[in-house]
Amino acid sequence: MKIIKILILSLTVVITSLSVRAIDLEFYFPVAVGGGAAQVIEKFAEDYTKLNPDVNVKAVFTGSYTDTDTKFLTACKSGTAPATSVMIAVTIFKYIDEECVMAWDDILTQDEIDNWIGGFYPAFMANGQVDGKTYGIPFQRSTPVLYYNKDAFRAAGLDPENPPKTWDEQLEVAKKLTIKDSDGNVSQYGIRIPSAGFPYWLFSAIVYGNGGKIMNDNGTETYINSPEAIEALEKLVALSTTEGVMRPGILEWGSTPQAFFEGQTAMMWTTTGNLTNVRNNAPFDWGVAFIPGIKQFGAPVGGGNFYLSIDTTEEEQQATKDFVKWITEPKQSVAWTKATGYVAPRAETWESDEMKEFLKEFPYPAVARDQLEYAGPEFSTYEQPKTVSIFNRGLEAAVAGEKDPKTALLEAHAEIDKILKDYR
Amino acid sequence: MITKIKKHIPVILLLSPGFILLLTFVHIPVVKTIYMSFFSTPKGRKPSKFKGIENYEHMFSDPIFWKVMSNNIVYAISTIPSSIIIAIIMAQWVNSKLPGRPLLRFAYFLPVVLPLIAVGNIWLFFFLPGFGLIDQVGSLFGFQNTNILGNPDQVLWGIIVVSIWKESGFYMIFFLAALQGIPREMKEAAIIEGANSWQMFYKITLPMITPTLLFVSVNAVITAFTRIEHLFTMTGGGPNYNSALLLYYIYENGFEFWDTAYAITLSVLLIIILSIIGIGQIFLLDRKVHYQ
Repeated sequence: MKIIKILILSLTVVITSLSVRAIDLEFYFPVAVGGGAAQVIEKFAEDYTKLNPDVNVKAVFTGSYTDTDTKFLTACKSGTAPATSVMIAVTIFKYIDEECVMAWDDILTQDEIDNWIGGFYPAFMANGQVDGKTYGIPFQRSTPVLYYNKDAFRAAGLDPENPPKTWDEQLEVAKKLTIKDSDGNVSQYGIRIPSAGFPYWLFSAIVYGNGGKIMNDNGTETYINSPEAIEALEKLVALSTTEGVMRPGILEWGSTPQAFFEGQTAMMWTTTGNLTNVRNNAPFDWGVAFIPGIKQFGAPVGGGNFYLSIDTTEEEQQATKDFVKWITEPKQSVAWTKATGYVAPRAETWESDEMKEFLKEFPYPAVARDQLEYAGPEFSTYEQPKTVSIFNRGLEAAVAGEKDPKTALLEAHAEIDKILKDYR
Repeated sequence: MITKIKKHIPVILLLSPGFILLLTFVHIPVVKTIYMSFFSTPKGRKPSKFKGIENYEHMFSDPIFWKVMSNNIVYAISTIPSSIIIAIIMAQWVNSKLPGRPLLRFAYFLPVVLPLIAVGNIWLFFFLPGFGLIDQVGSLFGFQNTNILGNPDQVLWGIIVVSIWKESGFYMIFFLAALQGIPREMKEAAIIEGANSWQMFYKITLPMITPTLLFVSVNAVITAFTRIEHLFTMTGGGPNYNSALLLYYIYENGFEFWDTAYAITLSVLLIIILSIIGIGQIFLLDRKVHYQ
């Protein structure tokens, strides 16, 4: 009798302790595009917690990429980092350098490395791996594409189903699309390539399209002083100076889609993250095409990855892995693409019925996926925030007409080189 | 002896809460900041090392530092006097008997209640090239389109206008209070003596509001060096640091580049500048201030 009592007692203790021991899994996420991205993430966290009552996923919205970066590093330094965090892919070297993240490989089986990691598009893994180890799992990934106003094409006597494929074609088309009013004010520019804040991203598309590279895979050397890069910047600057098909000066990112909707520009380069925004707000017929290149197609990838915090218990690591695997499954991935326009990073997602159904009514996300074949990594080096700032500053100086393109790039390269020397 | 101490106990007790708070959150951090400016940034496993005045040498040879410094001086020189003058004019205006005076006061004060981030966003829309408010109004009169925030020569002036627009209303409230504190008899006496309105302003109003003027100008200097929120929404310090101010550069180095040692060094300079100007203003102007 006594034994049974003890057994029952200990059993209840075990059961209650089991039910109490739900793991709290905190993760930080930034929002870099419009629309209801934050609500979708919170819904994911809720759904996952419903499916897995022993894990309590707490999604913490942390502002922009920069804010999230600051919050994560501050938390890491004070020992309170979340188990995982979605952060911009290119800052990978800094997180490793600061010893805040660990490689996913350390908690994955060989089978998972082959089949799960292997299932992501290689273009998206480029900014997530260092020395063959995976630190970033692609999640909210994007790439720039060319958006064009089909109505404006028709008005200018151009074929709306035949967007420009090369830089020269793009320039020709842009000239035809540039319209001046009687005051000499340009009422519609041919093209808009935004240059405020982070001009390096779209600039690297032109460099890739010119057959160049911007940096090495180890993040210890840049090639922004190469002839391909200098020619790319000269062509970009010419658009708003000698050719007059783009508004002069630095152009905002945020107001670029607005300028497109208002008919201020007939074509724009911007991220696929804007697809849903343009779909909901463009009052005219529009299309999406590959970024036209000087010699070939080319574009950088961009966006955020899941990082695994170094300051985690084994239990948290397993729970995190399970959650991240779940969120990258086709069902969740399609919902994410629908809500934002981000490019689903796994081939299997694109083969799912839900995605095929979605593409039938809205085919443009597939353009971004097809462009991945020509895509290169985003600019990423050690001391990333500093180097990228120097790079941006040089590009801004050239676009704003303070320096000529060649001087701007040579100076930026020399300054970055001084910093990266220590890491070689 | 004991009675002497006893006499001081209430004084010490009354002063101590404020003193302890200031010591913990202002004075100790300031001293620690100065101390840490002689060390390098700790990184991963590398702890910080003593570097002597190397951080300061780096600062003085950094061309961007000189750029943000000269930006900040231009910014201060342009925003402080003009916002104070506009504030005095507005205060005089809303102090006189006008129909709809409360509405006018509210209109002038409205920018003050808006957060600077929101102000930045509103002005971002005004400045939009092509279809922003300024260009839409300008095009009615046949002006060329502008791109003020995208032009390295104009961007700082865009920021300056926003700052004046935002701060004038705030200073106006202080001047309004000061104007209402001027005794009516003085004005009446002046009118009887046949003083014209300029003489009234110069001989009566201005001397009577000098305490407020001192207070406002100290505040304005601090504001010119410490309010930078609009930079984040409007320009990000760009293009090419043409609109970056000293505090923005401190933030960028500290929390974007994580070069904390350099950010600390820049902060020390900011502390020195503000102390010198603040103390200097109080000592220099104090003699001319007319307290009742």
